[in-house]
Amino acid sequence: METKRTTFNNRLLPYLLLAPQLIITLIFFIWPAAQAFKSSFEREDPFGMSTVFVGIQHYQRLLEDPNYIDALLRTMVFAVCVTSLAMILGLAFAAAVDRLTRTSRIYTTLLVWPYAVAPVVAGVLWWFVFNTSTGLLPFFLQKIGFKWDHDLNGTHAMILISIAAAWKQISYNFLFFLAGLQSVPHSLMEAAAIDGSGPVKRFFTISLPLLSPTTFFLFIINVNYAMFDTFPIVDATTAGGPAQATTTLVYKVYQDGFVGLNLGSSSAQSVMLMMIVMVLTFVQFRYVERRVQY
Amino acid sequence: MAGIHIAGVSKIYTGGVKAVNSVSLDIADGEFIVLVGPSGCGKSTLLRMVAGLETISEGEVSIGGRVVNRMEPAERDIAMVFQNYALYPHMTVYQNLAYGLKNRGTPKAEIDARVAEAARMLEITQYLERKPRALSGGQRQRVAMGRAIVRKPAAFLFDEPLSNLDAKLRVSMRGEIKRLQRRLGTTSLYVTHDQLEAMTLADRLVVLSAGQIEQIGTPLEVYHTPASTFVASFIGSPAMNLVSGELHGDRLAIGPAVFDLKGFAPTSGPVTVGVRAEDLRLARAGESSMPFRVDYIEELGSQRLVHGTVGDQTLTAAVPAETQLGDDLHLAVEVEKLHFFSKESGRRIADRAPQSVARMEPVGAA
Repeated sequence: METKRTTFNNRLLPYLLLAPQLIITLIFFIWPAAQAFKSSFEREDPFGMSTVFVGIQHYQRLLEDPNYIDALLRTMVFAVCVTSLAMILGLAFAAAVDRLTRTSRIYTTLLVWPYAVAPVVAGVLWWFVFNTSTGLLPFFLQKIGFKWDHDLNGTHAMILISIAAAWKQISYNFLFFLAGLQSVPHSLMEAAAIDGSGPVKRFFTISLPLLSPTTFFLFIINVNYAMFDTFPIVDATTAGGPAQATTTLVYKVYQDGFVGLNLGSSSAQSVMLMMIVMVLTFVQFRYVERRVQY
Repeated sequence: MAGIHIAGVSKIYTGGVKAVNSVSLDIADGEFIVLVGPSGCGKSTLLRMVAGLETISEGEVSIGGRVVNRMEPAERDIAMVFQNYALYPHMTVYQNLAYGLKNRGTPKAEIDARVAEAARMLEITQYLERKPRALSGGQRQRVAMGRAIVRKPAAFLFDEPLSNLDAKLRVSMRGEIKRLQRRLGTTSLYVTHDQLEAMTLADRLVVLSAGQIEQIGTPLEVYHTPASTFVASFIGSPAMNLVSGELHGDRLAIGPAVFDLKGFAPTSGPVTVGVRAEDLRLARAGESSMPFRVDYIEELGSQRLVHGTVGDQTLTAAVPAETQLGDDLHLAVEVEKLHFFSKESGRRIADRAPQSVARMEPVGAA
């Protein structure tokens, strides 16, 4: 498709219009990232009085630190849980709404709402629902003989942050899946129906394969979301506990840097995190995208 | 192999709009029926009701003696070819053809054999491993046909299958569809808005207008004895000329011209007269004729279409290509070639003037 090219008479105007976004990106992203990159090779004393260049020492220590390796594995578990939960439920909701005709707009609006909720608020919300003394869910779980305690049980805590993190992302996935499903030509479904394929089989043999570009895109977005953007949710629900059972990589960056004031190591961790995401995205594009073409 | 029986079928949408109004049609085993009409006449809706893609509001459809009103499309033993082909884009041609058989649990060996046979018949064997996007329009059309024939259904349903092809390909695919249908002998119901396609393909054609059947007949019957002004203007190219005339006894006045019908008097008073362009010819000297003022001429190579007016009514005449033409002509017509339609209902009045009785005679020219 050809995009329309707009020409400005004033040579400065385009730069002026771009400026706000560029300035924000520079100040809040590029600059801190560069700072983090720089300080990942330095050791600074807690009072900021002296800074020593230490080369790749922080990185070496990180890779030898069992706590860091644990956090890495934990983050992987978390990312897999959040991504699969958010994508499967998003797809299920989209498939359900796609079958509706008149009420689909109402359900779409309702299902998109969680996306407008701030992450911290979402975290607090689920913290209330799962609260061991006042929450609704532990109350009902107790009735069926299950003792819920995310304050002591690390697995429970991980389930809690996975649900809280996935809940917000379901809306996003739902919207993309719904748009994808609605763009599958109606005649394909009719042809498949005549070809003797029932609704469930049609979904798995026609709709789902045709959704593969959407699925691939959402997969990358969701993995990145789980690794990068879930700090507020962890912080508001479990604060990394119990016994670091929910300390993901991004939460560890915050803890070591802002709580432990180990700025060098924290910077090195954030650089590592960035590299992990870059490698993941590269691998995904390189090996998965080939298979979604049709 | 089976016939299709459609009895009093209607489609009523919420709000009371009748898209198809009480249509009855009997299709014999192996017959090729074409539903033709302008857009919005309900022809596709009717086809989709037979296919099971639309619910039937009223009436009954049976295929091969089984009432299929409540059956799923898959159970109706039909195959459909869609306007946009509806090929599964993520499957190879082979998988596209095999999909319907696989869903029905056909053994692998038989699937292979049937796909190979269909591919050979349609000459798409070398494309079996390709995806539809790597095929041209005509090849996709063949694959769509192939998907229909591998299943060996009781009936083929075609929903404007050729309208996405260019003109040349359309003509050759038209021939292929006809040949294939003859060879397989499968009952076929074909929807098109193209009257030429309808004429060339159909054993019988069904002309629909506003959800109702205007006429059912063989292509020649419909062409030569259109049941209404609607059919007359829809079938045939150029469209049949329809002009107002007046009958007084066996005298017919069209504008300033008067024709003697020689004792043939189908009605009296105002009437719509239909005459095909190719039935009009230049009058010989002394012959009874209509004065005709030429507006413009279309060259078709084999003949010329002359557009102009008689009195204040427009008319088109087809004349041989080599004819010399001035601005003012005189047109004559054999009286038995005239069609008479009611001015009010547009329905046909009586048959044509019998050939033996009415012959064009000079009127007032002697």
